[in-house]
Amino acid sequence: MDFADLIRVTQIGNVSLKRQFGEPVEGVICITGHHLIFSPFNQKKENELWLQHSFVDITDFRPGINSSKVYLKLKNFETLEFGIVSAEDAQNMLHSIEDLCNIGDITLRYPLFYRPPFQILEDGWEAFSLERELMQMTQLSDEWRLTRINEQFKVCPTYPTLLIVPMSIDDDVLLKAATFRQGNRFPVLSYLHPATRACLLRSAQPLCGQGGKRNRDDERLVNAVVSSGRKGYILDTRTPPVQKQHQTKGGGSEPKDHYAQWKYLQAFLERPSALHDALVSLVAAVNDTKDAKERWINRLESCQWLSRVQEALSAAALVAQCIDHESAPVLIHGQEGVDTTLLVSSLAQVLLSSDARKVNGFAALIEREWVQAGHPFRARHLKSAFARSEPGSEAPLFLLFLDCVWQMIRQFPCSFEFNEQLLILLFEHSYSSEFGTFLCDNEKERADYSIKSRTVSIWSYLLRPELLQELMNPIYEPNTNALWPSVAPQSMALWEGVFLRFQIDQSPKQAMWKEIGLIREQDVKLRSKVNLLRRQLLELQKEAVENGLLTPGESC
Amino acid sequence: MEPMETSKVENVRLLDRFDPRHPVTGTLYLTATHLIFIDPDGKKETWILHQHIASVEKLQMTAFGSPLRVKCKTYMNVTFILPRERECQDIMVTLQKLSRPESLEDLYCFHYVSQGGYSQTDGWQLFSLEKEFFRMGIPNQFWDFSHLNKNYELCDTYANLLVVPASATTPMLMGSSRFRSRGRLPALSYLHRNGASICRCSQPLAGFSARCLEDEQLLRAILQTNPKSARMCIVDTRPKINAMANRAKGKGYENENYYTDVQFHFIGIENIHVMRNGLSKLMDACDSSCATVSSYLSALDKSDWLKHIKAILDTSVFIANKVEDEAANVVVHCSDGWDRTAQTCSIASLLLDPYFRTIHGFQALIEKEWLSFGHKFTDRCGFLDADAKETSPVFTQFIDCVWQLTQLYPMAFQFNERFLVELHDHVYSCQFGTFVGNCEKDRVDLMVSQRTYSLWAFMQSRIDDYLNHLFQPNSNHSPNVMRPDTSSQNLRLWVGLYLRFEDGLLPRESIADWISATKGRAQSLNDHTRLLEKRIADLRFLVLHRDDLKSSTCHSEGHDVDSGLSENEVGSDKQSQKYRSESGEPTARSSGDLPEDSLTSTAPRVSDTESGFEELCHPSSRASFGSVGVAGSTLRDLKRPSVDLSLDQIALELNSVAIDWKNPRDVTHCGCAAPFRYLNCKYNCWKCGEVYCGRCIDRHIALPGHYSGKSVPVCRPCYKTLKSSPSYIDLAAVAKQRGLHSPLCAAAAPHLAAKRTSCSRGTTSRLVMSVKIAW
Repeated sequence: MDFADLIRVTQIGNVSLKRQFGEPVEGVICITGHHLIFSPFNQKKENELWLQHSFVDITDFRPGINSSKVYLKLKNFETLEFGIVSAEDAQNMLHSIEDLCNIGDITLRYPLFYRPPFQILEDGWEAFSLERELMQMTQLSDEWRLTRINEQFKVCPTYPTLLIVPMSIDDDVLLKAATFRQGNRFPVLSYLHPATRACLLRSAQPLCGQGGKRNRDDERLVNAVVSSGRKGYILDTRTPPVQKQHQTKGGGSEPKDHYAQWKYLQAFLERPSALHDALVSLVAAVNDTKDAKERWINRLESCQWLSRVQEALSAAALVAQCIDHESAPVLIHGQEGVDTTLLVSSLAQVLLSSDARKVNGFAALIEREWVQAGHPFRARHLKSAFARSEPGSEAPLFLLFLDCVWQMIRQFPCSFEFNEQLLILLFEHSYSSEFGTFLCDNEKERADYSIKSRTVSIWSYLLRPELLQELMNPIYEPNTNALWPSVAPQSMALWEGVFLRFQIDQSPKQAMWKEIGLIREQDVKLRSKVNLLRRQLLELQKEAVENGLLTPGESC
Repeated sequence: MEPMETSKVENVRLLDRFDPRHPVTGTLYLTATHLIFIDPDGKKETWILHQHIASVEKLQMTAFGSPLRVKCKTYMNVTFILPRERECQDIMVTLQKLSRPESLEDLYCFHYVSQGGYSQTDGWQLFSLEKEFFRMGIPNQFWDFSHLNKNYELCDTYANLLVVPASATTPMLMGSSRFRSRGRLPALSYLHRNGASICRCSQPLAGFSARCLEDEQLLRAILQTNPKSARMCIVDTRPKINAMANRAKGKGYENENYYTDVQFHFIGIENIHVMRNGLSKLMDACDSSCATVSSYLSALDKSDWLKHIKAILDTSVFIANKVEDEAANVVVHCSDGWDRTAQTCSIASLLLDPYFRTIHGFQALIEKEWLSFGHKFTDRCGFLDADAKETSPVFTQFIDCVWQLTQLYPMAFQFNERFLVELHDHVYSCQFGTFVGNCEKDRVDLMVSQRTYSLWAFMQSRIDDYLNHLFQPNSNHSPNVMRPDTSSQNLRLWVGLYLRFEDGLLPRESIADWISATKGRAQSLNDHTRLLEKRIADLRFLVLHRDDLKSSTCHSEGHDVDSGLSENEVGSDKQSQKYRSESGEPTARSSGDLPEDSLTSTAPRVSDTESGFEELCHPSSRASFGSVGVAGSTLRDLKRPSVDLSLDQIALELNSVAIDWKNPRDVTHCGCAAPFRYLNCKYNCWKCGEVYCGRCIDRHIALPGHYSGKSVPVCRPCYKTLKSSPSYIDLAAVAKQRGLHSPLCAAAAPHLAAKRTSCSRGTTSRLVMSVKIAW
């Protein structure tokens, strides 16, 4: 397929662009294979708008007498309003963007064409090799080993090739145990607590069905992580009705009789499709007309987004408590183990591990717990809040994860090395990006398309010092303690920086942070100056003493 | 109030609302002024001022005893379980009596004695209505003072000084007063730079047909004070239906047929009863029974609290825009003109004039709009055992609105959240006489200024705690006229006020703490840098001139320099001696490249609030200090450095200044076991850098490692160590010996010191001159 077939108009003059803040701007539109470029008249090149087609969620059109309006609703919830004089141009633009933003073929996506304008200092694809990550964990304890059982994705297509499992379980057991879990996602290590040595495992649901089938190898695998006489916890992320429903379809939860050392916990997380609905109605409420604003709190309540945030945080806090307070192993699963399971396991790590609150550790966490662990980014992020694709597989789980992290930053503003901007960047890139990280559903797909050799990783871009400067939290001080955020309803807040930034001017807040950044900068300078002066003074003092000019006690 | 014996009940359980399964057991004490709960480890002390108690009720017996629920006006909500029902009953009855005295004379302020830091005479002279109107340029060609209300005969709920149009005659004022509810005639509230003004009054006694020529003339006179505008705007802050209902009672609103060139606007802010219900429903939303996000949000929605806040803000924005954009005179009233009118006039002023966003200006605003214009604090805040229907959180809403604005403009206000919360609490505490009574006349009759302490003096004594360190007046982030976006999505529940006693629900780490510690350390290190530079210069001199020095033994002029206070230094320090304020501090003294000025410039200046806001706008007044510094440093460099330096001395100097301060984030309890709660101040010791609570860091001393010799806060152990150190020279004592004002004196009475500064500015510039000539 050639992009040229889809582009019905390449250039439109005399277009006005209206965004939420500021006056409409006049300019010219160019449409290329991957971008819509809007160049304002009489302005510098920096002010050009380069919009990736895949960043458009849905288009809308309103004919008019003097000019037709084309609305592009973007995946970050912004709405662009273009005023175009010629109705024909407007129609052509509309249809071109509609077709271009819905291209499903991965080989045609922008990351495969993108050449970075910056020098890659550290290749993001290599920066967080699972091998190194896992090696670090295995160093903590000799009860764990790396397995290559999933080489070439033979056992589980949604797992990476390298996995970490109990030392006492050999690959034959794993092979047999895998058949007992949906999608062959058998329990693997996700996190090992350095102090308590308690482990966090994750998997898919067991295929017990209504008959209560059992699998001795799965039992051996799961039980291998609890020492005798101790208890472990299995956290099921589903609500009881959903769980029952899955049971009738051959899934369910571990039969208690055969997992005697494990206690069951339930987290009551809604299923992914419900989460998508929550986002859709939240964004609708935010963008609603004036009279609906009068009923804002009511709308906020009925969209249920904050309830979802609270549920996710509560589940993560529960897991973290088991691991930190009780030193007990925890196994998390929902249905497939690629959505809510990853949400809870990654959030629990942000609570428990101070490394995960640093930029590098957070990147590693996302790479390991979301990208490589097989969260289907492509399917979940086909559309955002304005539209729904044909299969209807969308669900903003990753956004919910970022939102929960933001809630923690709000409660612990000094304990995160990065700021809100990093979260917003990740949110936007996870929906549409010039980088390949969030392009596919799992590692197998990435291998099939040679993503790692053909695209640039987002970490190659993000982790450059010049960009990182903007993403650092000026008041960060390392905090090795676990975080115990409040999950009371009164403590939940709507994430303004993402949901309201096109309604409410964020510049006062940004100015405030800039000022805080300056204070930090001056503080660092001042302290190093004092240290320098002190060194100088001590050297001079030494010289003076050598020359007999200074004495220890009273002056001469 | 009868003095009473302290009674005490042991084995009392204190329930945590949000964690009822883990009660704390301890002892409950009932004193004359407070209800106090102390657990055996002394880790958790709960103090409840009787005057703060809103309600006490006995709940149903439980297995552990008889529960007593105490709800406070500070939104503290605690349940004690007492072992015996009898005791519970007794305490309940006593508390009910103590929390609602029968007469104003029984209020806490008439018994309260300060523990120090401020005296009874302080603060009462800080504000005067006259001064505030002078600041606005009154009297002028259009406006003048009227003393017609000297004996509160014209209107007993107004101040004795009013500002009215210069052309208004006595009959006009008397007639208008008779035509207005409670005699509250139109009087000036705020005069804007562009000549437009805000006046306030109560509703006219118009009924369906009554008219009053004098009132019409007075409004005409008000219109004519502003030649720029042909029409005046009357804002009735009530919903139209309420105004109509009043009309049937012979009150109501101005008839547009009688008042010419008038635009009339109804804006619906609800009455005090709706607001009272709103607050009580808001408390439901803050309760633990709201276990899910849904139930919490729907309770919040039902309370309509944020809608009320929005209505008040919207009305204020409307008034401010009329004044600024159309240069129109606005007359505001509601029914009696002391609730909604006070709220909207004061917030409109806050939007229009940046002066009111400083601490001093904000206090002046409250003095003018709330105290002088007679908001009924006694009735609205329920100080006495009186009609509960008269209570309403009108002032709380005002404070809430201001907080919303501080959230929208984080760099535009000199004060912080703690200031607003403490102000709110002390309005209800009656610890100070400032807010007692329903009007100025009440306070004069009670002689509060002679018999009680002033809240402003108390706040002045701890002004550092109230500073917003991000305050930047006259910057892009602090517009002259504010035009806030008051859409509902932009307003939020003030968790820091309504839920502040639920520690678990609030952010665990404070950005403000970090900023305040970092700013404090910057001051300390800048001072230290100057000393280090001086010592380096001294030692260089020593090393360079070692041969000359070895032959000489006489160092007559070295002494002053060594003390860190050269003659010139002492002189200029005398001028600018203001502990807790950096504004007069000579800045560019060190030739170092570090912009000390920029570090401290964002810190709001206490002295300026003393001497008037204009100081903030004139960097030139600072420049003169800078030039003193430069001249001084050149002079100093010419001086022969001291040679009576010793290793011990240098070691003492280096050890006395902590480079790294403990991060307040990492400290949850003070060394004295007191927990730090939300908005509790955390203080770093400037010598060791550890974090302490206000009670533990009550010492101030000059650090040898500081150049300026200013007294700074240190912890008790450091104070002892320093005092007992053999090479420590008490700079304050040295200065005293020479008959100079010591920094310690300044610390004891910061406001006095500040005053001294403000009046000594003239001398300073003369000093600059003389230094230049000498040079």
